Amino acid sequence: MSDTVLEARNLTCTFMISAGAFRGRRPLHAVNGVDLTVARGEVLALVGESGCGKTTLAKIFLGLQEPSGGTVRLNGQPLSALARLDRARFVQPIFQDPYSSLNPRKTIGEIIALPLRVQGAPNPASWRSQVEDIMALVGLRPQLHDSYPNQLSGGQRQRVAIARALINKPGLVICDEPTSALDVSVQSQILNLLQDLRRDLNLTYIVISHNLAVVEHIATRVAVMYLGRIVEEADTETLFARPRHPYTAALLESVLTPDPSLGIPNTQLGATFPNPVDPPSGCAFHPRCRRATAVCAERAPRPVSLTDGTVACHLYD
Amino acid sequence: MGERILEVENLTVDIPLAVGTLHPVQGISFHVDRGETLCIVGESGCGKSLASLAIMDLLPKRAVRRADRLVLDGKDILNLPESRMCDIRGNTMGMIFQEPMTSLNPVYTIGNQMIETLRRHRRVSVEDARDRAISLLEKVGISAAASRLGQYPHQLSGGLRQRVMIAMMLMCGPDLIIADEPTTALDVTIQAQILLLLAELQREFNMGLILITHDLGVVARIADRVAVMYAGQMVEQGSAASIFTHPAHPYTRGLLDCIPIPGKTRRGQPLGSIPGIVPSLIGTVTGCRFAARCPRVLDVCATDPPFRDGPAPGQAYRCHLDSTGSEPGAGATP
Repeated sequence: MSDTVLEARNLTCTFMISAGAFRGRRPLHAVNGVDLTVARGEVLALVGESGCGKTTLAKIFLGLQEPSGGTVRLNGQPLSALARLDRARFVQPIFQDPYSSLNPRKTIGEIIALPLRVQGAPNPASWRSQVEDIMALVGLRPQLHDSYPNQLSGGQRQRVAIARALINKPGLVICDEPTSALDVSVQSQILNLLQDLRRDLNLTYIVISHNLAVVEHIATRVAVMYLGRIVEEADTETLFARPRHPYTAALLESVLTPDPSLGIPNTQLGATFPNPVDPPSGCAFHPRCRRATAVCAERAPRPVSLTDGTVACHLYD
Repeated sequence: MGERILEVENLTVDIPLAVGTLHPVQGISFHVDRGETLCIVGESGCGKSLASLAIMDLLPKRAVRRADRLVLDGKDILNLPESRMCDIRGNTMGMIFQEPMTSLNPVYTIGNQMIETLRRHRRVSVEDARDRAISLLEKVGISAAASRLGQYPHQLSGGLRQRVMIAMMLMCGPDLIIADEPTTALDVTIQAQILLLLAELQREFNMGLILITHDLGVVARIADRVAVMYAGQMVEQGSAASIFTHPAHPYTRGLLDCIPIPGKTRRGQPLGSIPGIVPSLIGTVTGCRFAARCPRVLDVCATDPPFRDGPAPGQAYRCHLDSTGSEPGAGATP
């Protein structure tokens, strides 16, 4: 087994969307040349504003979206060559909203056991005990086995989603905003659980989140996305201590820590996130960047590898 | 600070259900002064949104509202007929809701909706209303305001829609703004901008602002005073500085321990958590609502706790423990 769980090279995903009546269809580059490597045991966070392509990227990794170009390798094997079931055995999702991601007409036990059934796991007699084991692991009382999702609280539902994702012991778990639908006190329980499970089961996570405080807490490495590209990537400590890309810096400034002595930050980012169908020329961030120069409007920066990360910005060329 | 804009005393909301009566708001009292920001904070189901709807008299029909006092701008609004409430809502009392897409009418242009708001309450010409709409859209940072008036809500991004909501709310120059989770649906970068805008406008027009949120980060940055709600009750009130530096109620403390803070919480270490779940508010509820989840629960917690003065002036909390953490009757030691 290699130590690289996931490797994406020059990944692109383009949607043809209607640009308005009589104007035909135009390409939207949701993911635009992404290189990403995830090592075993890592927690990689993908952060960025809505529309930056982070969820499309996750869908590609889950095999729910066909990429337009580039390659993805899971555990060394190309994603396109993997059969659906093999892929599902290796990579599993946890979605944002546990109210809509669980089938309301199935019991908790059935929901958690479904991956076993789909995969045709051996020894059906043992499924019940496997389900009970995993329920205990994620902190669900065994009495809930025959309950339905509507009888559970949001935190319990998210635990069910986690149990379902983990029952086949995947190598990679993709968590798309795993706590943003939850209350603060429940969020901390779920974050603690995800941490414990990673340590105990040697899991690898890709966490998609817009909550940078959560990212700082659980991620080991962070990739910042802007309009389909990764603009900065570094280990969490470096990124939070010394953000290099002006966009990363602005994102970090927007984090509202509960400190009443600080006011509301003025990020000077301007009101508008650019239209992804009509991306700005050169560096896509330049219209909002306070350190933009003439060259930024002309050509796109190339990712520069530094000792402790990569950044795509002309300031570091 | 100055003149009192809103005074709420002993506000209660009851909703009869098939299985019994739900008590989502159980006798809460607070006030807002001109130029002041009060944040009502709490987790989902604590009654914060229903409390704000109760003030606006927008509760669902079967809900029963009671209060000792409900005074806006010196006028009693507790027993006003609906027609008079309509004159107040959107006029002296402005509202902003969480999801701007659902609060804007999708089949009317932005301009139409903004002009209608003003003309509903004031005798002004369409032209004058239009001029005011343009100047307010510019005020909230929307470029090319005149051309935006002809656009429909779906043509705007989430951040722009929320700016339009704010501009619309300002059309009649309200004295009080009630904002229910105004930035929850927005990106962090846009959230900061919208909050900054709200805070600046509130200062400029000297309005009272009630901001309802579950995000303690937002609260810390914008609030003058904070009211913490739990299970339909106000459990702690005080200045933002006092609530965040020395929270007195065990729930407030627990809540603050739950949030990861870059640079403060240790990465990878477990966060604090509040075990258990919120009690059911159906039927008769007695005793401290937080007792079942409280790490310092005592026998006496089965009875309703009193309001006590907290460690800072103006800070009050509802608990049997005094602010030094001593048990009742144990002889408080400073």
